[in-house]
Amino acid sequence: MNYGKTSKHASYDERVKRLSPKSEKPMSLLKAFAVGGGICLLGQLIRDAGLVLELEEDAAALLSTFSLVFLSALLTGLGVYDKLGRFAGAGSIVPITGFANSMVSPAMEFKREGYITGVGAKMFVIAGPVLVYGISSSVLVGLIYFFLRIAFKG
Amino acid sequence: MMMYLKVFAVGGLICAAGQLLLIYTRLGSAKILVLFVTLGVFLSALGLYQPLVDFAGAGATVPLPGFGHLLAKGALEAVREDGLAGALTGGTAAAAGGIAAAIALGYAVALLFTPKTKE
Repeated sequence: MNYGKTSKHASYDERVKRLSPKSEKPMSLLKAFAVGGGICLLGQLIRDAGLVLELEEDAAALLSTFSLVFLSALLTGLGVYDKLGRFAGAGSIVPITGFANSMVSPAMEFKREGYITGVGAKMFVIAGPVLVYGISSSVLVGLIYFFLRIAFKG
Repeated sequence: MMMYLKVFAVGGLICAAGQLLLIYTRLGSAKILVLFVTLGVFLSALGLYQPLVDFAGAGATVPLPGFGHLLAKGALEAVREDGLAGALTGGTAAAAGGIAAAIALGYAVALLFTPKTKE
């Protein structure tokens, strides 16, 4: 997927719109549901396999996340995940695998611009905003919780 | 077996909600992902996301709101243990494994592969 593409090429969103004809909207919901559900199912299976191998709860969860990210990065490298994306839309974007894809895809695409301002920077075209808003929200939530605890203790 | 059905259904529904936003609003994938993560953080902070995780496991943790849930849960737990410093460190610490995996693996794949020719 072409995250971070400039005007010369159709942006990712435009391509998604172009590639999902209006009459196929209900169908695209079904595809997103099936593929997204399938990716989650895979995550659950890996986690459960970790538990069978007597991993701790946290380690099994991390194994699951790590495996999904690894698979997604590899399939993106091979050009397979983008095909899945054309089929499944949000079904391949919303799971953690989509987050990994959003990093690998532009990083590969902009390799010709070098390893610092190309690969290093473009990895965060989408992941950057996600981390900015996710982490900032978690700090805000932590601060509110801290002061609420003080208020209700005192 | 019932659990796997719940994982599939809940995970699928969250993705279908993303697809609804994708086709019926002007939000692109970046904005949808930011929205979902932030939503996950606040739902989790209000105690509304953990029940979904208990119900559907990976169906709730694998989609991006689950990432938000991880961040918020980490922040709240760290505040209980370390006080004010925990508010700062807790979220990122809890999500560190996933973030580092995505960065390191993503970087490695970007080095090893070149994009396939366009359709």
